[in-house]
Amino acid sequence: MSEVLNLPHIVKEPAEPGEQRTRRAFLVAAGAAGLAYTAALAYPIYRYLASPQEMEAAASAVTEVTLKDAQKLPKGSVLMFKFGTAPGMLIHHEDGRWIAMTAVCTHLGCTVKYEADQDRIHCSCHGGVYNAYTGANVSGPPPRPLKLYKATVGDAGVNVSRA
Amino acid sequence: MTSKTASLYDWVDERLGLSELAAFARHKQVPVHKQSFWYYWGGISLFLFLVQCFTGVLLLVYYRPGAEAYESVRQITFNMHFGWLIRSAHSWSANLMIFSILVHMFSVFFMKAYRKPREFGWLSGMALLGIASVFGFSGYLLPMDELSYFATKVGLEIPAAVPVVGPFIANLLRGGLQVNEFTVQRFFALHVVVLPALFLPLLGFHLWLVQRHGNAVPPSEEAKPLAERKAAPFFPNFLVKDLAMWLVSLNILALLASVFPWSLGKPADPLVPAPAGIHPEWYFMSPFEMLKILGNALPGEAGEIAGILFFTLGIVLWLLIPFYDTRKFAGSRARAAHYFGLLAVFALLATTVIGYWTIR
Repeated sequence: MSEVLNLPHIVKEPAEPGEQRTRRAFLVAAGAAGLAYTAALAYPIYRYLASPQEMEAAASAVTEVTLKDAQKLPKGSVLMFKFGTAPGMLIHHEDGRWIAMTAVCTHLGCTVKYEADQDRIHCSCHGGVYNAYTGANVSGPPPRPLKLYKATVGDAGVNVSRA
Repeated sequence: MTSKTASLYDWVDERLGLSELAAFARHKQVPVHKQSFWYYWGGISLFLFLVQCFTGVLLLVYYRPGAEAYESVRQITFNMHFGWLIRSAHSWSANLMIFSILVHMFSVFFMKAYRKPREFGWLSGMALLGIASVFGFSGYLLPMDELSYFATKVGLEIPAAVPVVGPFIANLLRGGLQVNEFTVQRFFALHVVVLPALFLPLLGFHLWLVQRHGNAVPPSEEAKPLAERKAAPFFPNFLVKDLAMWLVSLNILALLASVFPWSLGKPADPLVPAPAGIHPEWYFMSPFEMLKILGNALPGEAGEIAGILFFTLGIVLWLLIPFYDTRKFAGSRARAAHYFGLLAVFALLATTVIGYWTIR
């Protein structure tokens, strides 16, 4: 809109110094008004489009989740769950240990898979491999380990919290 | 211009012909006279259409047609930041657009701007108005609240009253025998795909014609010798004023949309009786009232058929006015056309007033 207000500067004759100063002041004021106007239009539109991010931000602030009846998970199997907004995995190892960690590959964000037969975590997207006990990145492109959660087994379920 | 920007301009100009455009803009003139004010209304309609495209795309980001339609509009209105404002702007702008198109149409009519060589401008404009009203009708259902449900139910009775093929057409539009999620889904397809696909090329044609023939001058100006007529350059004089009108329109829209936010009723439920005082949108009030009056005078099917014949005849006469009122200088046909216009305005206003008067 500011350009609209700036348009009448087609006056061709050389202006007096004082006149030039007032014209300059006018153009600055018009430009500022145009900017304020544009911002007043853009702000609601930005907030509107950003609404889901804000809702998810609230959801992802979750620090613990209780997985009902997860203590019945057989050995050598995995339970995928939602931790806040992102996927997580709870592994019940053959040796009886319970391990919970994020299931988002640190490479490009695919959801990883627990492979019981090889006792490892594999990402199908680009072949990343993680240790199924520590989350350490073992081979392939992942730059960082998977983050571990704390898993507490109870009578009614398994409680998973940020370590 | 520095030599670098000059050479960049030359580079682009050689490929896109910018200087031809600039020359065209330099030579384009807009007549200046007492009725020049009415020249803005086509531009205002265009601006409001652009607002519709913009706010429509924003609503499309969260709207879900079909069974979830109401719930998604409820989310837009109450959960998304400023969703109520975007939706309110879309509804208000739709109403303002219909209003400004009507003003534009009547000003063209009374300034006799439909005469040779502008017949296609008149016809394409009428087609645009027709599509705009279908836009309004289809968009009205999309929130799937009580009011939209009954408005659509009643509105579809009009095509249903056409002899022989009517019920078939109405069922096709409705997607069955009842207004339900299938209706919303197909009205949505109509509203966001089919109608824009028809409207945009037609709008391009309409605007191209305006550029080709320039602004028409009213007969009172035409009667003056060329030397006495005044004109102003389109660029930048008229354009600046045009854009100022757009800014005024935007401010009015922002005020209406934020001070009088569009409401959302209860979800549509076919088992709940129609709410008291239910009535069509103002731009459908007049035909609604005329049908009611005719229906009272001629009860039953005769009234319905008479109503449809009456409307068809009126619209056809209105469409054909450029081919009837052709003479450049005032004559009996020009006067008849003028009175026909006055009659149309009077009939529309009177039936609209009666319509609102008799709401209970």
